[in-house]
Amino acid sequence: MSHVKEGAHGILWEVFIQSKPGIPHKHAGNVHAHDAEQALTNARDVYTRRMEGVSIWVIPANLVTASAGEDSDAFFDPAEDKVYRHPTFYTVPEGVKYL
Amino acid sequence: MTSKEALYHYVLKMGDSSLIMGHRLSEWTAHGPVLEHDIALTNIALDYIGQARMLLTYAGELEGKGRSEDDLAYWRDAAQYRNSLLCELPNGDFGQTVVKMFLFDAFQVELHEALSQSPDEQLKAIAIKSLKESKYHLRYSRDWVLRLGDGTEESKIRIANGLEAVWMYFGDLFAPSEGESVLVSDGIVPETASLRKRVEETLRKTFEEATMAVPDFDAVMQEGSQRGIHTEYLSYILSEMQSVTRMHPGATW
Amino acid sequence: MEEQEKLARFQERIDSGQKIEPKDWMPERYRKQLTRMISQHAHSEIVGMLPEGNWITRAPSLRRKVALLAKVQDEAGHGLYLYSAVETLGVTREDVINEYLEGRAKYSSIFNYPTLTWADIGAIGWLVDGAAIINQTMLARGSYGPYSRAMVRICKEESFHNRQGYEIIYTLAQGTPEQKQMAQDALNRWWQPAIQMVGPPDDNSPNSAETMRWQIKVESNDVIRQRFIDRTVPQAHAAGLTIPDDQLKFNEETGHWETGPIDWDEFWRVVKGNGPCNRQRIQDRINAEREGQWVLDAAAAYAKKQGKKQLTLTE
Repeated sequence: MSHVKEGAHGILWEVFIQSKPGIPHKHAGNVHAHDAEQALTNARDVYTRRMEGVSIWVIPANLVTASAGEDSDAFFDPAEDKVYRHPTFYTVPEGVKYL
Repeated sequence: MTSKEALYHYVLKMGDSSLIMGHRLSEWTAHGPVLEHDIALTNIALDYIGQARMLLTYAGELEGKGRSEDDLAYWRDAAQYRNSLLCELPNGDFGQTVVKMFLFDAFQVELHEALSQSPDEQLKAIAIKSLKESKYHLRYSRDWVLRLGDGTEESKIRIANGLEAVWMYFGDLFAPSEGESVLVSDGIVPETASLRKRVEETLRKTFEEATMAVPDFDAVMQEGSQRGIHTEYLSYILSEMQSVTRMHPGATW
Repeated sequence: MEEQEKLARFQERIDSGQKIEPKDWMPERYRKQLTRMISQHAHSEIVGMLPEGNWITRAPSLRRKVALLAKVQDEAGHGLYLYSAVETLGVTREDVINEYLEGRAKYSSIFNYPTLTWADIGAIGWLVDGAAIINQTMLARGSYGPYSRAMVRICKEESFHNRQGYEIIYTLAQGTPEQKQMAQDALNRWWQPAIQMVGPPDDNSPNSAETMRWQIKVESNDVIRQRFIDRTVPQAHAAGLTIPDDQLKFNEETGHWETGPIDWDEFWRVVKGNGPCNRQRIQDRINAEREGQWVLDAAAAYAKKQGKKQLTLTE
């Protein structure tokens, strides 16, 4: 018999940490937990031991939909030639400010 | 007794309690029920020992004999320790550990809350810092009392047994430290016994929510810690904790 | 795409320094090798908590006690990061844990040695973490994204481990004659296991060729071991301690320290399960898992009763 039952450690959660107020939450890693409250406290204990965060999000890992890495060309390259989305595409006459 | 002497005894009770709680909890490190909780329990142990260090350092200053945190931690015997009896009880299973923490944390939150108003600047500063930690500890241990109390049939029995095993030491948390009345009349600390009602309220609410039997608040309680009368467990804790240090008097680590 | 073509494209990505991510196509062998390596690494962090945990309650000062607690706790965290990384390869944490508890997976052999005195805590931080950091800094450059990211985080956190270990040893070595003896004795016992711990020589390392081709490992065991020795010997001398190897000498030409023969028989004996503490370590972990089971069952039952929405979403 196995020592640890399948699923014994709960489900897998993705953890996002906001390191300072006002900046975006960033993916930090994972924890296992049986419910959201537990996932939050686990994430607090695991990922903010060195004052890394001021806010935490947790979300069950199986709810994340990801694009596939090897398809990344098709997914992201079309944005490459759309330079008109960037301010440097446009010329501004010499001496004109605040644009 | 002077106010300063009384404060020494008072701070010693707090510092010793945190130290012994932290020591017991640290016995879980590397043996916790699952990785996440191993980490959580160790975090709390670190908080307790951190508090102990501040308090014992302050106690040493109040005593005025030049004793450091380590002198106080490593070179006193059980009869000189003033931690509450509850702290020295064995961990038992995770249920017993959690319920023991819960009783202690419920007490600590009230104590630190009250001491955050103390006119003694240093005690106040320590209390304010510790209060943040105690509130988190209480959230953790309370959540687990709920989960275990209202979890499976087995967990329900285990945590009830745990509570049963530690309950008669609950009252000793409120035993006044030597000379406490001097500090109370000087308005430096609240009367410890006066915190009891609120702590009992936290306990009652939580045990009810956890679908557990609320223990008898009027049960006969053990006491003696403030006179240096401990359980048999404390001297074992100390012989282990102090063994290396006492083998090498005067050594630096 | 044909299998061969996929494989060629995969190798191209690796060679151009791209990281492979969980949902990308990868050869089965790559997945297997990584699963094996990352799980072994994770188990090592967890089993590694035991020999050090052994001295937490006896740490000789409160400062040492909190540092040791924080260190052992970090290892739990690192085990957790690594188990998460291995889960991205499509196995569950419970599965990989069962593998080592049932003796089907390995972990770092060095944790099968006992910690007999306080100085051993210094020796582990200094030598074991010292070797581990060199190895892990290399692994952080590896090709699998989640593993390499976990390594970056771990290396950042572990920099204090190595220092606290050396500080303990150094302090003892400058202390009373008994303390100095304790430090030397620890070095005597841990030196051989430490230089063995990065793995067998390149010509006898069954997995090395493959893991290096796929840049899971970017440097060989021999290179890592030599770097460790070169860094550690002067540190021992600075503390006034003697490396227990009478053939140890500095080669002016190569700029490397050369050691006497390394006891690989001993290494394989311990890897195969016959070190002083193999059985004890595994039994301790089995007990922890077994003792924890009812707690986890209760947490699951409670979450269900509370009708936590996450669970309904995943069922």
